[in-house]
Amino acid sequence: MNTYPMLFLYTLSMACVTYLIRMLPFVLLRRPIRNRFIRSFLYYVPYAVLGAMTFPAILYATSGVLSAVIGLLTAVLLSFLGKGLLTVSISACAAVYAVEWVCTFF
Amino acid sequence: MSNTACECNASARACFLSGLRAGVPIGLGYLSVSFAFGITAVSRGIPSLIVMLISMTNLTSAGQLAGVELMVLGCSIGELLLSQCVINLRYALMGLSLAQKADPSVRLRDRFLIAFGITDEVFAVSVSQPGLVGRYYLFGLIAAPYLGWSVGTLLGTIAGDLLPQSVLSALGIAIYGMFVAIVIPPAKKSRAIAAVLAIAVGLSCAFRYLPYLKEVSSGFVIIVCALAAAVIGALAAPIDDSAAPLPEEEEVRK
Repeated sequence: MNTYPMLFLYTLSMACVTYLIRMLPFVLLRRPIRNRFIRSFLYYVPYAVLGAMTFPAILYATSGVLSAVIGLLTAVLLSFLGKGLLTVSISACAAVYAVEWVCTFF
Repeated sequence: MSNTACECNASARACFLSGLRAGVPIGLGYLSVSFAFGITAVSRGIPSLIVMLISMTNLTSAGQLAGVELMVLGCSIGELLLSQCVINLRYALMGLSLAQKADPSVRLRDRFLIAFGITDEVFAVSVSQPGLVGRYYLFGLIAAPYLGWSVGTLLGTIAGDLLPQSVLSALGIAIYGMFVAIVIPPAKKSRAIAAVLAIAVGLSCAFRYLPYLKEVSSGFVIIVCALAAAVIGALAAPIDDSAAPLPEEEEVRK
């Protein structure tokens, strides 16, 4: 059923539509937007997107909810203290690793 | 020329390296995600070569995963395209927003190239930069994620047991840790941003846990939550011009 040419065609169509979605607004809209509502909307979009993508998905990003919660708390705490992206990210990973390592003893 | 986010009024090389540095955590995060994608796709019976081709031409997690599912089912091309449109529509929003963030050094032909690399994380890091971003910064920013995504997929297709599960699990939170680090500082300063975040998180929880709502596909959930929260924010607390200066004005001021 799924021959190489067919799979190739699937892949190519996926790639094309995904690229067009990314490219068209970015290439066509090159003049600054002056409308205050649209500018406000675009200003809030990143925070809205990131918020929606992070929670609750973060709770299921590791092997267990417990380690994920500890990782999340680590990240939130360090971000509040003004630490950078890499520090926060690696610390969260380390916290998850540590919690899951400790859990192996129980 | 581009006295912008990367604080590199110096060389193209410095800008590129600055972007590259910012992209490394994204690339590391992608390693584990694309690794998982590689394993999943191969286990569904897609040949390694095609799996690699999918990752290297699509560069999107949710879309690729849905695409593989549909391929295995042998669905029509039309259905595949429609599903990709819905799942990836958020990139159109991001492209729109990023178009406002690119400085004049980003030429038309650069845009065709950079557009390929717009992902959730690349977008998030770009817009978290103060001021505008230049083309070399963007090229650098995209490099590590693309490499991470490709290499991760390759490793995933080669062997599922290359990294111990404990390390994979810990790496799984890397991307989210970065998101947290991006949104918390501005949310601390602005109650409006904090409110928009809270609304988005609340809606996203509703789509995850409430009956009926949880049937909605994840790509679509992000669109709905982001649109709703950002519209509420824009209506309730429209920004004044000092919050997000127009690119030209920014350029003039510096």
